[in-house]
Amino acid sequence: MGKSNKALLSRRTLLAASSVLAMPAVLRAQDSTIKIGFPVPLTGPYGTEAQDQVRCAQLAIAEFNEAGGLGGRKAELLVRDDKLDPGEAATRTLELIEKDQVNFIAGSLSASVQLAINNVAKQRGILFNSISQSDQITALPDWSTTTFHEAMTPHLTAGAVGRYAFSHFGKKVVFLRADYAYGNEMVDGFKAAGAGMGIEILADLRHPLGTTDYSTLLPRIQALKPDILVMANFGRDQQISIKQATDFGLKRTTKIVVPILLYTSRVAAGAQAFEGVVGGSSYYWGIESNTPSAKLLNDKYRKAYENRVPSDYGALGYAGVRSILMGVKAAGTTETAKVVAAMSGMKYDSYKGDQEFRACDHQSVQSVFIVESKSKDMANAFDVFNVLATDPANADNLRSCKDQGHV
Amino acid sequence: MEGITLDLLILQLFTGLALGAIYVLLALGMSLLFGMLTVVNFAHGAFYMLGAYAGIVLLGFGFNFWLCLLFVPLVVGSFGLLCERFLVRRLYGRGIDYPLLLTFGLSYMMVEVVRIVFGTQGMQFDTPDMLVGATDIGIGYFPTYRLFVIGVTFAVLGALWLFLERTPYGLIIRAGARDPQIVRILGIDVARVWLVVFGIGTGLAALAGLLAAPLQGASPEMGNSILAEAFVVTVVGGMGSLVGAVIAGLLVGVVVAMTSLLAPEMAQVSIFALMAVVLLIRPQGFFGRAGLMS
Amino acid sequence: MLNPGLIAFCKRHRVLLCIAFLVVFPLLMPFKAIAVNILIYGLFALGFNLMFGTLGLLSFGHAALFGAGAYACGIAMVHFGLPWWLGIIGGVVGGMAIAAIIGGLAIRTRGIYFAMVTLALSQCVYFAAYQATSLTGGENGLRGVELTRISAFGLSLNFVDPLTRYYVVAAFVALALFVLSRILASPFGAVLEAVRENEARARACGYDVRMTRFVAFVLSGAFCGLAGSLQALHLSIVPIETLYYQTSGLVVMMALLGGMGTFFGPFIGAGVFLLLENLVSLWTVHWQLFVGAAFVCCVLFFPRGIWGTLLMGRAR
Repeated sequence: MGKSNKALLSRRTLLAASSVLAMPAVLRAQDSTIKIGFPVPLTGPYGTEAQDQVRCAQLAIAEFNEAGGLGGRKAELLVRDDKLDPGEAATRTLELIEKDQVNFIAGSLSASVQLAINNVAKQRGILFNSISQSDQITALPDWSTTTFHEAMTPHLTAGAVGRYAFSHFGKKVVFLRADYAYGNEMVDGFKAAGAGMGIEILADLRHPLGTTDYSTLLPRIQALKPDILVMANFGRDQQISIKQATDFGLKRTTKIVVPILLYTSRVAAGAQAFEGVVGGSSYYWGIESNTPSAKLLNDKYRKAYENRVPSDYGALGYAGVRSILMGVKAAGTTETAKVVAAMSGMKYDSYKGDQEFRACDHQSVQSVFIVESKSKDMANAFDVFNVLATDPANADNLRSCKDQGHV
Repeated sequence: MEGITLDLLILQLFTGLALGAIYVLLALGMSLLFGMLTVVNFAHGAFYMLGAYAGIVLLGFGFNFWLCLLFVPLVVGSFGLLCERFLVRRLYGRGIDYPLLLTFGLSYMMVEVVRIVFGTQGMQFDTPDMLVGATDIGIGYFPTYRLFVIGVTFAVLGALWLFLERTPYGLIIRAGARDPQIVRILGIDVARVWLVVFGIGTGLAALAGLLAAPLQGASPEMGNSILAEAFVVTVVGGMGSLVGAVIAGLLVGVVVAMTSLLAPEMAQVSIFALMAVVLLIRPQGFFGRAGLMS
Repeated sequence: MLNPGLIAFCKRHRVLLCIAFLVVFPLLMPFKAIAVNILIYGLFALGFNLMFGTLGLLSFGHAALFGAGAYACGIAMVHFGLPWWLGIIGGVVGGMAIAAIIGGLAIRTRGIYFAMVTLALSQCVYFAAYQATSLTGGENGLRGVELTRISAFGLSLNFVDPLTRYYVVAAFVALALFVLSRILASPFGAVLEAVRENEARARACGYDVRMTRFVAFVLSGAFCGLAGSLQALHLSIVPIETLYYQTSGLVVMMALLGGMGTFFGPFIGAGVFLLLENLVSLWTVHWQLFVGAAFVCCVLFFPRGIWGTLLMGRAR
């Protein structure tokens, strides 16, 4: 999104807001545009991912509008910077709901931020479709009927990666987790998957979020000689810990496995850093060879953005907005209750094959891709992963509705 | 407590020293600036980060890592000189609040400019070929690069000591710290001394950043978290005390390393707990002058 | 600079002017939620300034007082199901309790060491809250601080409505401002100033300097705790970041920006900072560059802070 474009957007929202002030509430609800709020961390360490999410989300909006909208009503994306801070996210969500009068909200990139947005949105009866990972958001007491979860959950991701890794690389496992919700939920997922497979957990170590030096933990791991080292951390923590593990020579005897191998991380850090690392992914553009919907998204993206391809987190931005708009079309209205009813149990194939919003918790049942970082025979700059396996969409791989407190 | 042996404890001690070496370099610069200029430099972390990025740029120009070790502190230190000359200098004698606020604003700007130029994602920084791998230190293998970091830090300490204690310029700096009024009366341009001190302090921060880059890569935010840790080290050692900065730096490094081994969930709080305990027993830190800045 | 008659009028009716300002303020802001944020952070900055501006002690641990208020209020409502007004009382008491602990330990130290001890202790509070997941929600933060209706004095107010929420918060903030101004105008306020200006003389006059500082710190905790509990009610969540040292840094910057030697300065500082951040970040993702530059300019050209400089201009 260009600068001029953005300035235009904010001016437009300003105009819309001022006209809203003058108009009675009932009139407003009808033939105006369909507004979707999109809080993502444009600034901060995940700015690159967030900006790709915006690019992809705009594709979903354009697609909806080109197809005629909802009987002529066009959709519009209102992007806000949540700065990766739950307090800021809550304030921005209040702005989106109270001032901009959005119909729906999609977005967020961290567990705590999505829970904050969800809390504010559900109190006001606004539908929120989260596109980042958390096990809490689909469970009570956080979940409400207006809560949807487009992204994978840690339980699902770690389960898929664990089942693959434990059967291919060995049973002696060391966990190294970032000590926060993401790391803990991921390790729980791995352990749940490994329980029936006879894995032996040699150690389960924690490091604080944002650690820059793993040298204090690595000698200990090395001494244990595990088959698999699971690094349940994310972003820069993941980059740094893998780099230091490589420096310590850990890769010679141990396979490094991560719950999520981020496309943007791998592109930025280069082939050498991630050599041989295996992890899970919600999307990889390379699946277009056997997935028609992925091909469609990639082609749209290539056409709009200089022949590049969407990242995994970016594609979630597309799916998150598209699901809502599909729900709107199916319901024939923007009324929250009717859109919720239409989306609950909705089967769709937006970009990665068949998906379905499970009725009880509105979690999107979906496939998980097990990918390995490529270090040779790369066709181009985007060719960074080999897809080793696809864990097919199956509701049995999710936490059961009962476990999450749903009746 | 699976797998903890004496060897592991000793290895961990070395790890702590390597970690502490980075703290020492940062805290030295911070302590210099505070002890001599009474500037609490909130941009110290940003200068540290600039050191890592300056290294990347210079490597891009074909410099090797050894030349970087020399030129990065010079380049970033020169930038520090400019900041002192045109911004910080106007605020001397106005108490600690104003330089603090100014450097806070400055660090915001520096981080954002780096984000604009180099992107938000951070960059990889490869360990120099010669220092890749591990060295046998008798009780086990220890990464060579970390030994190198310890070595460089001690070399810098030695050089700084010689400079301050054995050169006429060092004498002026020490005198300027003790009593700027008298030094000025003696006909010495104190402003120039302070300029040089600012350059040295920021140069040391940059060197620390460059040394840390092969361990953790470079990212715009890398200075944020280490800033708080550097403050802790400086304060525990006694603000303005160089010996204190060295001892406290190594101590904090070892404490963090040991708690990460024995109680990882306490690793982050341990350094603040240490600071609280030290200051409550000895309010001016190990080697600080009592009543400073009160 | 200004018409003397106007100044005299402003002086005479400053309470009225304050109230008038609070009434129209939300209508001037880009959206109501930010107006509420400004009130809350303004109150927080005022509470902080009781130590800094009035007593001359720079605390770097005020996030703990603010956060303690927010968590105490949130936990009272979420885990114990208490009504909102008990939550607010809990928040004030929580802020005072943490202030008593931190203050009790830190008050022995001076100057920059006071700043560092308060920083260290507040970080300990942060990590304690981070680990106590079952109570605080840990890294995910505390969610579910639900307040939809306020029934008091026979009125039933819809707290979800943005303007109502603003006026409820504004009522509490106005009350706190009034109490604070009374404290500063009281003999105790005079003692505070005496301690700042000349500690030895204050001691010689028979005042217990350490006790005075301690009481001021606990009072500061009450105001910050109130600000924290209002934030919990406003956002309906308590992020763990509330307790992080950057929140302490933020409030220091707000007070300095607005002018720490003045009563309203910190409030103005909070408002300008939040507004600037909001407006610039709507326009560019590089908002930090401009906010940073604004700081540098403020320090160089308005060393007394924004409000302090305005007051100076008036006095001239």
